[in-house]
Amino acid sequence: MNATIRWFWFASPQTFFPLAGTIARACGWLAVPLAAAGLYVGFFVAPTDAQQGEAYRIIFIHVPAAWMSMFLYVVMAFWAAVGLAFNTRLSAMLASAIAPTGALLTFLALWTGSLWGRPTWGAYWVWDARLTSELILLFLYLGFMALQASIEDPRRADRAGALLAIVGVVNVPVIYYSVQWWNTLHQGASVSLTRAPSMAAAMLAGMLLMALAFWMYGLWASLTRLRCIIRERERA
Amino acid sequence: MTAALRALLWRDLLVALRRPSDVATALLFFVVVASLFPLGTGAGPNLLREVAPGVIWVAALLSSMLSLQRLFAADHADGTLEQLVLGASPLGVAAAAKVLGHWLVSGLPLVAIAPAIALQYDLSPRLYGTLALSLLLGTPVLSLIGAIGAALTLGVRGGGVLLALLVLPLYVPVLILGAGSVAQASAGLAPDAQLELLGALLAVSAAFAPWAVAAALRIAME
Repeated sequence: MNATIRWFWFASPQTFFPLAGTIARACGWLAVPLAAAGLYVGFFVAPTDAQQGEAYRIIFIHVPAAWMSMFLYVVMAFWAAVGLAFNTRLSAMLASAIAPTGALLTFLALWTGSLWGRPTWGAYWVWDARLTSELILLFLYLGFMALQASIEDPRRADRAGALLAIVGVVNVPVIYYSVQWWNTLHQGASVSLTRAPSMAAAMLAGMLLMALAFWMYGLWASLTRLRCIIRERERA
Repeated sequence: MTAALRALLWRDLLVALRRPSDVATALLFFVVVASLFPLGTGAGPNLLREVAPGVIWVAALLSSMLSLQRLFAADHADGTLEQLVLGASPLGVAAAAKVLGHWLVSGLPLVAIAPAIALQYDLSPRLYGTLALSLLLGTPVLSLIGAIGAALTLGVRGGGVLLALLVLPLYVPVLILGAGSVAQASAGLAPDAQLELLGALLAVSAAFAPWAVAAALRIAME
């Protein structure tokens, strides 16, 4: 048996294009029932919170969006770094395809967070470490997109954006650990792999369903955008 | 290698010396921005004393950013940068020399002039030391991070505004720690923690930023 695995088979935009379409369609169709189930559990099954009342239900959108906003940045920086190191066109295209979705989810996390903050903290916005670092994440996404948009040559845009994404990745651990390092107004993580969840099972189920739905949405949106970028650039 | 660094630094300083108005403009900008705040927020001494560290630091950030656009632009226009990229000494060393030159010309004068602004804001004289030290540790970080942005936006359309968008979010930790150290000292507490973290930021960015600048310059030149 030939032991060489063709790692780079799908590194070519032409061969990845149909596969991206298949994955995107599958994820898109999975996202709809997952989101419907997650929202149903979140709004109708999960019990009312003892302290926060009904207002807490926004976490079913807020927490998955915030997770994805950080995760997507790391994925984007990873593919940008791969593109910079191995000079693969597809990696750089994927990085620029992820950025708008990441920015959207960051904005969504901030927006839902401020809607939740009004009834709970009494203010739409506080200059808390986690809020501030999430806001900076939004600026980093926007800076990445603005830099790529303003450079005409796509290869230079890819590489310049990649360098910026790698420099900005320093911010992600700061956001993630900000609630522990600074003991902020924003509460600590409610879900952890290492200890028992600090919430009702139905709440957890709703949140995990929504997180899966956001994953599927993120994959669908990024890969669909990737297909558009491939079409645009590989026309010649 | 050190000879190349020294030569490049000496040349940058000479160029700055021959055109002192460039240096003066950034410095004047710092003073003007800092003078605008009392006119906008009202000049109550208590309020001014409270906002002084933040205002001085924000003005320093903006002033440092303003002079960044010129960091590589002239060398890019007359072909010097190409020679540096092709030259025998590592491009990271050249980048370090450019950054050091930028800091000596635009960062160090801010440290010297900051007490005058602090005086306008009625900041207690015992805080001048902390303010100067925090600026001394923080402004080189601004030059180092800013140089990455300047190299990335070299010759790019709408470079100035774009540079601000790229660089200002990355400046935030320096701003928080720098202004925080003075606020901490004015509350009567030791500002050691903030100053040490600023020093750590300086060490990390001094080690990595020149190579990132070199990579960005290569991207811009190809």
